Amino acid sequence: MVHYLDHAATTPLRPEALAAMQQQWLQVGNPSSLHTAGRQARRVVEESREQIAAVIGAKPADVIFTSGGTEADNLALKGLARNTDRSRVLVSAVEHHAVLDPAQALAEEGKTVELIPVDGLGRVDLVALEQMLDDDVAVVAVMWANNEVGTVQPIAQIARLCAARGVPFHTDAVQALGQVPLDVDGIPSVALSAHKVGGPVGVGALVLDRDLAVRPLVHGGGQERDVRSGTLDAAGIAGFAAALAAEKSDLAPLRDDLIRGVQDVVPDAVLNGDPLDRLPNNAHFSFPGCPGDALLMLLDAAGVAVSTGSACTAGIPQPSHVLLAMGADERMARSSLRFSLGWNSSADDVSALLAALPPAVERARRAGGL
Amino acid sequence: MRVVAALSGGVDSAVAAARLVDAGHEVTGVHLALAEKRYAGGGRGCCTLEDVHDARRAADVLGIPFYVWDFAQRFQETVLDDFLAEYSAGRTPNPCVSCNQHIKFAAVLERAQALGFDAVGTGHYARLVTGPAGVELHRGVDPAKDQSYVLAVLDQEQLQHSLFPLGASHKAEVRQEAAARGLLVADKPDSHDICFIPDGDTRGFLRERLGLADGPIVDAESGATLGQHAGAAGYTIGQRRGLFLQQPAADGTARYVVDVDVPSNTVFVGSPTRLRVGGLRVDRLRWTADPVSSARIAVQIRAHADPVAARLDGDEVILDEEMTGVAAGQIAVFYDASRVLGSGRITATTPWSETVPG
Repeated sequence: MVHYLDHAATTPLRPEALAAMQQQWLQVGNPSSLHTAGRQARRVVEESREQIAAVIGAKPADVIFTSGGTEADNLALKGLARNTDRSRVLVSAVEHHAVLDPAQALAEEGKTVELIPVDGLGRVDLVALEQMLDDDVAVVAVMWANNEVGTVQPIAQIARLCAARGVPFHTDAVQALGQVPLDVDGIPSVALSAHKVGGPVGVGALVLDRDLAVRPLVHGGGQERDVRSGTLDAAGIAGFAAALAAEKSDLAPLRDDLIRGVQDVVPDAVLNGDPLDRLPNNAHFSFPGCPGDALLMLLDAAGVAVSTGSACTAGIPQPSHVLLAMGADERMARSSLRFSLGWNSSADDVSALLAALPPAVERARRAGGL
Repeated sequence: MRVVAALSGGVDSAVAAARLVDAGHEVTGVHLALAEKRYAGGGRGCCTLEDVHDARRAADVLGIPFYVWDFAQRFQETVLDDFLAEYSAGRTPNPCVSCNQHIKFAAVLERAQALGFDAVGTGHYARLVTGPAGVELHRGVDPAKDQSYVLAVLDQEQLQHSLFPLGASHKAEVRQEAAARGLLVADKPDSHDICFIPDGDTRGFLRERLGLADGPIVDAESGATLGQHAGAAGYTIGQRRGLFLQQPAADGTARYVVDVDVPSNTVFVGSPTRLRVGGLRVDRLRWTADPVSSARIAVQIRAHADPVAARLDGDEVILDEEMTGVAAGQIAVFYDASRVLGSGRITATTPWSETVPG
C-alpha cells in the first residue's frame, strides 16, 4: 500500500469530477457549434465557468480556460508584457518555474527581469516591492502560496500596492486553490489548475480582468474572447468545476499532527516556511546532513511517496531555488523534503511516514554527500 | 543481493540490469547525473536528457525502481579537474578510467552501501572470476568490446562489490537480447566520445576552460618554427592531424607531435622514428589484488591498443617490442594473460634505441 504524501504535485481525481467527465465524454458537441449539440456542450462549459468563478469571487466573463496552470502563467506574463512598451518585469524570487521561465523568455526578448526578495519565511518583502514599482513595470507576479514551503503571501496588500502604481499584477494561485479561501476581487490576473484540486490534468484557467489587454499565445478559432484559441474541453472543464465544488475538509489538524510527529521522531528536523501563514496541506522540512534525494528513495522503498520540491523532467535533484532565496545554504537546500496532504489523506498515511522516517534519516545521513 | 544497476541510457547497461534481475537480485536502477549542464540534443554521451529518458524507460520495462543520482559536483572535483590539470601539465588523461575510479566504483558504491545496497552492477564488458587472489578482473570475451582496460584502476575492495553481467557475452548477442526483451535502446549507437564533450571538440573544450594561447610548432631536429598551434595543452604525442604545417619535412615523411612543452607553450614535431618507445615509467600504481613488484606482463596503453609483452620492475616497464604514440598521462594496464594485475599512469618514456629488452 502506497502512502501518498505528494498531493502538491498532483492529487487523486475526485469521484465527483470523474462522474461529471464521464457524463460529458459520452455527449457529442463542440461548444463553439451553433446547433443543439454544440449549445448543450457550451452550456456545460458556461455553467462550469460560473461555478468556478463563484468559488473565487470572480466574474464568469473573466475566466479564460487553458491547458493548465503553466499555460495560464505564460499567458499572463508574456501576454501582458508583450502588449506594452514598459520594459520591467518583476517576479518574486520563490516563484514556480511556470512563472520564472516565461520571465526568462521575456528577458531574452529584451525585457528587464528583476526578482522581488523574500524573507527567511519565504514572504515577499513589501517594502522592497514598493520601492521597485514605477511606471515602467509591465507586470508583477507573486504567487498566492508557495508550492514548496507552503508560505501564503499577503496577496491583497501586494495587489493594492500594484494598483496604486497602475501596474498589472498576476498571481499564480495553483497551490492555494482549494486550500485557502480565495477572493480574487481586486486582483487582475490569477492562474488556476484543475488537477491540484482533484480535477483532471490538462485543464486550468487564467482569471483575467477584462480591462487588461493581453497578446494571445495561441491563435486560431478565437475561443475564450479571442485570447486563447482551441476547441473547448467541455468534459475537462466540467471535471474542474465538479472537483472545486466538492466538499472540503480542513487538513490543518492532520498537517499539524504530521509536523509535531516529524519533530518528535527527528528532533533536529527544521520546519521551513511560515509556521502560521502556510497552506493547510503543506509541511516542509530540512533534515540536516541528509541528502533529500536519498531520503526520498528510502521512503519510496518503504511505500511512502514524498517530494524534494518541485518535480523536474529529468529527475535531477537541484538545490531548491526557493530555499536559497529564503537564505538557506546549499546544504540545507539539498536536504529538504515536502510532505503534502490532500482530500483523501488519512492519519494512517501520517503514521506510515513517522514509522519509516527515522531509519531513513539515519541511513541517508550515513550516505552523506552533503 | 540488493544491487544498484547503473543505467546510462545505453543498451549495455540496460541488458546488464535485466540479467541482474533475472539472477534474482533486488535491483534498483540509477542514472548518474555528471555534467553540470544537461545537453539537450544527441544521444552521444551519457549526459543528455534523451539518455535519462532511455534509462528510465529501460527501468520501466524491467519493472525496477529508478532514480537519478547527482554526482555532478563530485565529478567536477575529481574527473574534470584532473582532466584539465593533466592537460595543463602536458599529459594526456583518460577521463573514463578516472570516472570509474572516482565516481562509479567509489562515490556511487559508497553511497549505495550506505543506503543498504550490497553491490554496483554495470554494463562493462569484463569478467570477474573468484580465484586464489580473491576476485580477479579479466578481459571480456568479446575482443572488440573488452573494457577491462578502463576498469583496471579498481582495487580488490571495489571489485568485491562490483558485478559485470556482460563479460561473457558478445555485443551482437547483447543487442539481440535487448531487442528480445523489448528494450527500446537495442539499436542505439555506442557512445565513443568523452561524455562531457558531446561535440567531440576536445581542443575547443580545453581552450574554453584553460584559456589556451597560440604558440609555435617547432621542428624537433632543426629547432625551426614550422607553424602555429592553438595551445600546446591541446596536443598529444603521436598526433598527426590538425597541425596544418605549410612545408613538408625534408625527407618527405609525415610529421608527428613528438613532444609537448606546456610551460613554454611549444609543440615539437618530428619524424615517426622519434615516437619509438622501449620503456615506460609509471606512477599512481593501483593493484586489483596484491601488489606486484616484478613480473613478466603484457602492457596495454589505450582502451583498444594491442598489448605488448614486457617486464614490470617496480615503477618501470621494459618493453619486448617498441611502442609508438605513447603520451605521458595515459594509463598503462598490466595483464597476466586475460587477468588485469593493475595499472599505473605513464609519466615518462625511454626511446626504443636506449632500451635493453627484458
